[in-house]
Amino acid sequence: MPQANIFDAIVVGSGISGGWAAKELCEKGLKTLVLERGRNVDHIKDYPTATMNPWDFKHPGMQSKEMKENQHIQVRGFCNEANSHFFVNDKEHPYNQVKPFDWIRGYQVGGKSLVWGRQCYRLSDLDFEANAKEGIGIDWPIRYRDISPWYSYVEKFAGISGSKEGLPHLPDGEFLPPMELNCLEKDIADKLKVKFTDRRMIIGRVANLTRGLKDRGPCQFRNMCDRGCPFSGYFSSNAATLPAARATGNLTLRPDSIVVEVLYDKEKKKATGIRVLDANTKKTEEFFAKIIFLNASTIASTFILLNSISETFPNGMGNSSGQLGRNLMDHHYRVGASATSDDFKDQYTFGRRANGIYVPRFRNISEATKRPDYIRGFGFQGGASRGRPGQLDGIGSELKDQLTEPGDWGMWLGAWGEHLPYADNKVTLNKDKKDPFGLPMVDIDCEFKENEKIMRKDMMNSAAETLEAAGLKNVKTFDNADAYPGLCIHEMGTARMGNDPKSSVLNRWNQVHEVKNVFVTDGSCMTSSANQNPSITYMALTARAADYAVRELKKGNL
Amino acid sequence: MNRRDALSRVALLLGGTVVGGSVFLEGCKPGDKKMAIGLPFSAENISFLDEVAETIIPTTNTPGAKAAKVGAFMNTMVTDCYDEKDQKIFIDGIAAIDAACEKMHGHGFMKASPEHRKEVLTALDKEQKDYNANKKETDPNHYFSLMKQLTLLGYFSSEIGATQALRYIAVPGKYEGCIPYKKGDKAWAT
Repeated sequence: MPQANIFDAIVVGSGISGGWAAKELCEKGLKTLVLERGRNVDHIKDYPTATMNPWDFKHPGMQSKEMKENQHIQVRGFCNEANSHFFVNDKEHPYNQVKPFDWIRGYQVGGKSLVWGRQCYRLSDLDFEANAKEGIGIDWPIRYRDISPWYSYVEKFAGISGSKEGLPHLPDGEFLPPMELNCLEKDIADKLKVKFTDRRMIIGRVANLTRGLKDRGPCQFRNMCDRGCPFSGYFSSNAATLPAARATGNLTLRPDSIVVEVLYDKEKKKATGIRVLDANTKKTEEFFAKIIFLNASTIASTFILLNSISETFPNGMGNSSGQLGRNLMDHHYRVGASATSDDFKDQYTFGRRANGIYVPRFRNISEATKRPDYIRGFGFQGGASRGRPGQLDGIGSELKDQLTEPGDWGMWLGAWGEHLPYADNKVTLNKDKKDPFGLPMVDIDCEFKENEKIMRKDMMNSAAETLEAAGLKNVKTFDNADAYPGLCIHEMGTARMGNDPKSSVLNRWNQVHEVKNVFVTDGSCMTSSANQNPSITYMALTARAADYAVRELKKGNL
Repeated sequence: MNRRDALSRVALLLGGTVVGGSVFLEGCKPGDKKMAIGLPFSAENISFLDEVAETIIPTTNTPGAKAAKVGAFMNTMVTDCYDEKDQKIFIDGIAAIDAACEKMHGHGFMKASPEHRKEVLTALDKEQKDYNANKKETDPNHYFSLMKQLTLLGYFSSEIGATQALRYIAVPGKYEGCIPYKKGDKAWAT
């Protein structure tokens, strides 16, 4: 084998978790190869729309037919003219929807870390203990105390702004100064304290730098994060972890490298490397390393394992449990309420806050908040603003005058709800259909079920109840019926962690039970979904697993 | 006016002469030049749309929609973003505006004074409002709803609209959640 293809570690994927694996492994002295299936994206240089004004776009506020055709799934999410180059072309990257599932993907260096929503909330033991207490799925093999120091570790580097609230079920972290609530939000927050004992409204915890951190930031409050930030004002692999990895001199980054499978040596009972399909030349090449981290994103990492067939693993690497590809979860959302306020007509805002408010989970967190009709819960995100009126009656100078002044204050709350793990929500490989690269196409068979549907009614009604209690007017509810799984872009769970190799794919260190030198630390590792935005948990689990992997490597156990 | 009336009126105005997504605007007097209407819009079509947009968002103490080149904006958006159904509605709508002006004032829209144009479009604005009040999701859009929507979108996202009619700061540098506002202060563009 050519010496150039041998490394200490291989990381598959360069998104949120892959960037962290690269940084940690490189900083611990391992020569690390990072493989990314998409094109290279250099920080700042490759953000073509980052400083464009509204009038610089050809189709401001609308999607062209061409985009709707080429990215017909991506446009259902947050893909628009300003960021469409960071989302895949759906025609080039097809998959099978056994049931409707929006698979939103960013195939480039940095992955979806360039376009993520940046909300960061720790899980707590309410989440880690729930499966065991309720007999759902399997127990998490870790508790909050296991991950807590690693949350702190990644938060300090990533830079998360937020307020300390002392809530046991939404633990505080290592926060940069919080962003400010605006007039109406402050007023609502105060009123909720009086009206409710169970719910409170806080400023969102967000990976935007409210203070400069080394050579990054601070955030300039442009609220154009999803185009890439020329001020490095928010956390992305491109801005933060990959430069740190590169600074060690140990990083080799190889874009346009589609990982087809993990190679296995049945004598050594270890993975030896991976096989790559070059996206441009279509040639295959093998790379070898002592440890392998899969961070390709949930469904892609699962694909790689399912496609790693050997005599030992006829159904996919590490899949003796039969759980690989099962228990696919997302969050369910696009449901909530909005309202208007007659107050604060003499108040306005300055700057564009790239963040909203958060109402931490208030259902099923105690005996007093227990629901008879469903388990788990949801959090609200949203915010108040003083927008401009949209369409008004009339034409002429009167209309123009009305449209150039701000309208009334408005407030919206949307709920993000937990999705339980169900064995039959699954990702499988289609034996008959191939993708344009000649690889088996992915079948996705996933749905929300009874618990989510019942919870969803409460998500909507309690949002309206919350706005009404705050004294707002014109309270209107919304519930997007076509918000299918996948659309929240929190897909997870298909290679779950657990204590028992018979019912899980990964152990408590994100290590494949059956192949000790393979680690999976993206969303596929999740044993339950909780209702919090999950990226900060992937970051913490990745740093924790990298630390463990290198310790084991030094002990000679890998 | 109910939907059927609205539709039959449009059909009547057009005389059912729609070929290949293009229509010819009939002048009132013999010998009047006919304007071909089709995508992409000609310079003549765009001038017409500029005047429609200018009537909706006129020049006041800040420039109006014509200065912001909203006619050309509509050309791009109707060509690139509209499906065939809405494209046809929009194209036919140009002729319909001219016909409505003809009926109301005895001459075409381009020849009308600003006051007469405003009268025509005020009537069409009311017509589209009434139409939309009973419109089902599957019913066709009203052409004037489309034109008004594109005018507002094009104007307020233009440099003139965003920086003169509204306020725009590319790099605010900070966020303040409560600052004093007095009536007449312009809104932020984004």
